[in-house]
Amino acid sequence: MSVESASLARLLLKEEIEQFLYREAELLDARRYEDWLDLFTEDARYWMPMRRNVPAEDPAREFTREGVDVNWFDEGKDTLARRVKQIRTGVHWAEQPPSRICHMISNVQVLGAPSDDSAPDDVPVKSCFLIYRNRVETETALLVGKREDLLRRVDGGWRIARRKIILDQSVLLVKNLTFFF
Amino acid sequence: MLDAKLGSLAGLVDVERGVISREIFVSEEIYRQELERVFARAWLLLGHESQIPRPGDFCVTSTGEESVILCRDAAGRIRAYLNSCRHRGMKVCRYDEGNTVEFLCPYHGWSYGTDGALVGVPFARDAYGQQLDRSRWGLIEVPHLENYKGLIWATWDPDAPAFADYIGGYKLYLDLLLDAWDGREGGTEVIGGVHKWLVPCNWKFPAENFSGDRYHGISHRSVDMVGIGPSGTGRRDNQERNESRWLDVSFPDLGHSMIAFLRPHDAALAPAYQDAPEVADYFRRCEEERRRRRGAEWRLFGGPGTVFPNASPLARQPRTIAAWHPRGPHQTEVWRWYLVDADAPTEVKDFLRHYYIRYSGPSGLTEQDDMENWNYAHAASRGTIARQYPYNYEMGLGRATDSFEDHGLKLPGRISVVTGNASENNQRGFYTRWRQFMEAASWKELSPR
Repeated sequence: MSVESASLARLLLKEEIEQFLYREAELLDARRYEDWLDLFTEDARYWMPMRRNVPAEDPAREFTREGVDVNWFDEGKDTLARRVKQIRTGVHWAEQPPSRICHMISNVQVLGAPSDDSAPDDVPVKSCFLIYRNRVETETALLVGKREDLLRRVDGGWRIARRKIILDQSVLLVKNLTFFF
Repeated sequence: MLDAKLGSLAGLVDVERGVISREIFVSEEIYRQELERVFARAWLLLGHESQIPRPGDFCVTSTGEESVILCRDAAGRIRAYLNSCRHRGMKVCRYDEGNTVEFLCPYHGWSYGTDGALVGVPFARDAYGQQLDRSRWGLIEVPHLENYKGLIWATWDPDAPAFADYIGGYKLYLDLLLDAWDGREGGTEVIGGVHKWLVPCNWKFPAENFSGDRYHGISHRSVDMVGIGPSGTGRRDNQERNESRWLDVSFPDLGHSMIAFLRPHDAALAPAYQDAPEVADYFRRCEEERRRRRGAEWRLFGGPGTVFPNASPLARQPRTIAAWHPRGPHQTEVWRWYLVDADAPTEVKDFLRHYYIRYSGPSGLTEQDDMENWNYAHAASRGTIARQYPYNYEMGLGRATDSFEDHGLKLPGRISVVTGNASENNQRGFYTRWRQFMEAASWKELSPR
């Protein structure tokens, strides 16, 4: 493969993955939660640690640990599906009336892009999010942070096999997390 | 408005008639006095000993609105200090946790040992000569601290009674949270990580909700429909509860309360944790052992409760304790710790951890809806018109007994046997004590009888 075609392949892969992430965000903002769930592999992991204020030289303590500690989220597709089902009951008061939410996804980095044209099956992808949530009358929140995804190519399309969500807050400044990252 | 005389709040808090003014939830003036008369006097929950296992370990916590350092000093003793330099007040610790030999103030450089002593003063000889008596300028330490079965409690009032007297007969119920499932004394630990989040409501909304609100089933209807419990349905295992007598237990003279369940004296083990056979097996073995160890008291199981003023155990499914830290009259910062049997198998702890997370806190399917209700109940009670109309606490008035007995088992507390859906026995008890704290000039008038 020429240098030019390798660069082109990386560019195309990045474009493909960015479009996937934007479509995913649109599904959430359009409240198409079941379609959103379909984007996850059956064995998907969805993890959002809590964060602590710790000395800069002691970074290991900053995050709660996956699979060990209490986290904001530490679950698989089954629990995500129950969250979706709860929203659909019509009596999930924290989302009744529904929040108005906009996911802004940026700073997308495709890591481990291929050096030849054989498309990889698993691609680590980093991105940043800015989530705007407004509900009822004046209740408004901005949540900003990073995501580390592992995307997997399944049947010609992309699926999320793993998502780590790093929220840039220690004390959570919103009363609940009834929405998805 | 308030003058700290007995009877001064009679117009706002009338528990005999079951009527309580909205003012006590939304008034800036009442809130300011709560900080002085409730939070500066009462025993408050600081944390758990397993957060600071080694000498030099510390974590920062809260009493009322104030920041407090909880640490284990170099000699291994648990201490608690106001997190504020004696020189100009700067926080001497802005980390949530860590291990240290000293707390160094980043403003002018005074430093303190883990025993609270002032050990470092920059340019001390030139700046102060012989004037500075360091022994008088150590960190401000709580006068009373208690490690009760792993939970650390403290009070700022030197005249407060001992923790054992503060808890009194409520010990039986608090132990339902803190004793091992098989009935051994103590034996619980917290899972790493403390949930901390803000809720826009007065701190008494969650405190009274946990004290004994069985009535809010509609809040959680969506969870019951979806099913997040340990056996795949509802939000917890219900057979054990459904076969029990439902007891609302209150100690109006202390302010503490719990929703409790009394199993029939001849009850068989109820199936639970059916989603995971090894977990179900663990709890079955524990229950059998508990029946052997505890005598007739094996029949008693706990639920949500409140240790006055702002610590709320949930003794069972999910097993947690929360502190409702006041952050102004209109905001609460919730801290929540999650408990397990320290020697439970790893797979049991992991199963429970997943269940706890999907149930509790801001990401929990159950509590998300609580926060919505507390938020907008508070918001809709702030208006000039709204404040003229009190809340209703009449449910179950006059039904409680101070001498409960069932098949020879006597239980302490003022107990309302819940035959319909609920009573507000516990909330009335909570506000009885709240009013006493707010009207009393000192602990002399508050000491438990």
